[in-house]
Amino acid sequence: MKNEVLLSVENLEIQYITDDGVVRAVNGISFEIHEGETFGLVGETGAGKTTTALGLMGLLPEPQGEIAAGEIFFQGEDLLHIGKRRMRQIRGKNISMIFQDPMTSLNPVLTVGEQISEVIRLHEKISRIDAEKKAGEMLEVVGITAARTRDYPHQFSGGMKQRVVIAMALACQPKLIIADEPTTALDVTIQAQVLSLMNKLQTEYKTGMMMITHDLGVVAETCDRVAIMYAGKIVELGSLEDIYDHASHPYTKGLFGALPNLTTKVDRLKSIDGLMPDPIDLPGGCPFHPRCPDKMPICEREMPKDIEISKGHHVRCFL
Amino acid sequence: MYKYIIKRILITIPVLFGVSIIIFSMMYFTPGDPVRNLLSDTATEEEVDALREEMGLNDNYFVRYTRYMRGIFHGDLGTSYSDKQPVAEILKARLPVSAKLTLFCILFSVAVGIPAGIISAVRQYSVLDRIVMVFALMGVSFPSFWMALMLILIFSVNLGWLPATGIYGPLYYILPVCSISAAPIATIARMTRSSMLEVVRQDYIRTARAKGQTETVIIFQHALKNALIPVITVIGIQFANTLSGAVVNEQVFAIPGIGKMMVDAIKARNYPLVQGGVLVISVIFCLLNLFVDLLYAFVDPRIRFQYVKEKEKKEAAKS
Amino acid sequence: MMLVRKRKKHSQLHETWKRLCRNRLAVTGMIFLVLLVLTALFADFIAPYPYDFQDYNSTLQFPSWQHLMGTDDNGRDIFSRIIFGSRISLRIGFISLSIGATIGCVLGAIAGFFGKIADTLIMRFMDIMMSIPKTVLAIAIATTLGPGLTNAMIAVAISSVPEFARVVRASTMTVKDQEYIEAARSIGCKKSRIILRYVFPNIMAPIIVQVTLGIGVAIILAASLSFLGLGIQPPTPEWGAMLSASRTYIRDQWYMVAFPGFAIMLTVLALNLFGDGLRDALDPKLKR
Repeated sequence: MKNEVLLSVENLEIQYITDDGVVRAVNGISFEIHEGETFGLVGETGAGKTTTALGLMGLLPEPQGEIAAGEIFFQGEDLLHIGKRRMRQIRGKNISMIFQDPMTSLNPVLTVGEQISEVIRLHEKISRIDAEKKAGEMLEVVGITAARTRDYPHQFSGGMKQRVVIAMALACQPKLIIADEPTTALDVTIQAQVLSLMNKLQTEYKTGMMMITHDLGVVAETCDRVAIMYAGKIVELGSLEDIYDHASHPYTKGLFGALPNLTTKVDRLKSIDGLMPDPIDLPGGCPFHPRCPDKMPICEREMPKDIEISKGHHVRCFL
Repeated sequence: MYKYIIKRILITIPVLFGVSIIIFSMMYFTPGDPVRNLLSDTATEEEVDALREEMGLNDNYFVRYTRYMRGIFHGDLGTSYSDKQPVAEILKARLPVSAKLTLFCILFSVAVGIPAGIISAVRQYSVLDRIVMVFALMGVSFPSFWMALMLILIFSVNLGWLPATGIYGPLYYILPVCSISAAPIATIARMTRSSMLEVVRQDYIRTARAKGQTETVIIFQHALKNALIPVITVIGIQFANTLSGAVVNEQVFAIPGIGKMMVDAIKARNYPLVQGGVLVISVIFCLLNLFVDLLYAFVDPRIRFQYVKEKEKKEAAKS
Repeated sequence: MMLVRKRKKHSQLHETWKRLCRNRLAVTGMIFLVLLVLTALFADFIAPYPYDFQDYNSTLQFPSWQHLMGTDDNGRDIFSRIIFGSRISLRIGFISLSIGATIGCVLGAIAGFFGKIADTLIMRFMDIMMSIPKTVLAIAIATTLGPGLTNAMIAVAISSVPEFARVVRASTMTVKDQEYIEAARSIGCKKSRIILRYVFPNIMAPIIVQVTLGIGVAIILAASLSFLGLGIQPPTPEWGAMLSASRTYIRDQWYMVAFPGFAIMLTVLALNLFGDGLRDALDPKLKR
């Protein structure tokens, strides 16, 4: 499927300047997202996934967060140099974001209808009444009756709140949706519902999606291509089959190895020893080497380069 | 919501009763003999006793309290010891003056305090923020009557710009309002600032940004609406400071209001007047608090719909 | 078990102290308060004149080297009176507030811990008291009791009770649902013991902050009472009373008005700076 490149990120580096030191959250990642595809960004908490998403949207907390280096191109536009006004126009209309915790993502004193209408009216010239009508339609799309535009967020359950957030994100038919752990705060049954809804809408509206998650199950259900992130770097990147069937990086293998298997009975779950390094104090060379079971001396000294081991499948490892 | 309103009003009634009991008890147990003070030194024992009987001072607590309460419901608050005028009449004459002064003070406090707090929060750590915070801290660090004296010293005695006593025209309000409002402005500004700072950190503000909304609109539509909710409570509390401030400051500025009447009455041991003054002030404060609580219900949709939600739950459970 | 607990408390106190010292304004406040207490203790040695020494040859003098803050209408040195006044203000502040705080804390703890009837009764009563503005309440109580330092202290103490009751009740109710309380009860702890040994140490933080800020309010309240003629009587050099006396002389003797007021302001400001700093230091979630 030859689709246009929607988003192109190259050597992105994002840092937080804090009193305790410089937090190097994202250290040179590069990837592309195509039209209509779902791109998964996987990693443990603290790997830099949310920071990447915020950086793409230009929503890094000021003054601590800054993009230290790299390029971000969206549909040909250089997002890092377009100015605040243009960025605001893009946000919500071309790229929209779904955040992790639906309980706190909605403004408690505004009705749901008002919040959805807001994003519509920001990017289209229509009257308030029409916007409210459209908001009602969006609610129907996500499976909530349109009459509930007058209701307040606290009157909805967690799963329904997230649907409202999805409705908000899709209201202007963006080309790209960034979903940051959209189902983590929900229980499993609701999770399935929300994910299938997102899949359905994505095919319908032909939006690209960047799915950030730490749950490999979610990845398997939704993604076309996947990047595995560790300590601010992408250590493996490839299609769904590449990653799941031909995992090459020790970390990726470790992640899959840690999953409990339904058929085989084991005495202990295999976990990866150690913890993710503190982003202020990253180890030299390959960031994974302290925990890597196949470590070689060179891993401590040098950062492995990106190698393409098969079409579209990239790995950063010396092995 | 109507249940909430009725509940609040119902609670106020026993509180008002309680207030009347406390005030009455205090005056009842005050040492000193008002009768002897009223008559000349040559009065005989019989005359003293006769007057005491006539004034009903020989009866016990419950009788006197009942008489007192019955009197209140008929608009009779007793008779002033010094000039035998009905207390209610005296209060009626003096209330408008104090009410106007208090009203101006409250409006002024809100009009200055809230914007100061907003500016301080939006420009956190700037010079403006520091100045506002310093003034806010100082504003609660001195008694209002000292500020009154200093203002008089500077603006009346030395510069001659503003009048020091009386309340004959708009110019006369300036100094009293400034000195009474100093502490309320300080507290309101601080509360607004801290509330705004907390709200701006919330996730739903980030969602609004992700929709592409401008900062100005975010502050006024999203942040402020949430931040002002706790500020309303603080404003209610500041009514107390305004009322007390009026009581003390009327003395300084020789303003013929309830406050000055009370203070003069205390010196003259004219207890019915003092009692009446305290009662009126407390009732006004009670009603103001009730008003603030009801306002709260209108402003915060979570409270507005509290009882509706319970009804919905019951209906859902039934079906 | 006991050893572990003590060590943790030690480092907690240490952490708080370190955080407090980083706050320059709070440290300034602290230093001023220490100086104030020293002034009050050693007033006899610091003040150049006794506070009631009347020199009718030098009444209403402007500030000079002999009288740093001038003299009042009775020829008394204002500087000395202000120094001695620190004793009165600190006494009223600390003692009244301590009494009010203790009563308030006990009531609040009972209301919060036992709930139901005790809670309703106590809090309704507090609501009633809070329905009368604080200064007005203090005025009413002081009128009932009559003039004098002790009566002023009682009035201020009673006026301070409701706030403490409210704060302590709220904290107690939060702590009550914590699991360590349940654990204590399950090993058979008496309720009074639970309150004393488990609840109180964990609610100390808001109480301490409330006390520090409350002393400032108490001082201003006492000054207001003396200003109106209730409470402290002449010749006792209370700052509020001095301000009251200065009113007649406001036209020419600006120093009679300015200095006592500055004394009040600096004292309460120092208390507020310290109290704010304490609040920030005790709260781990530093508000950046």
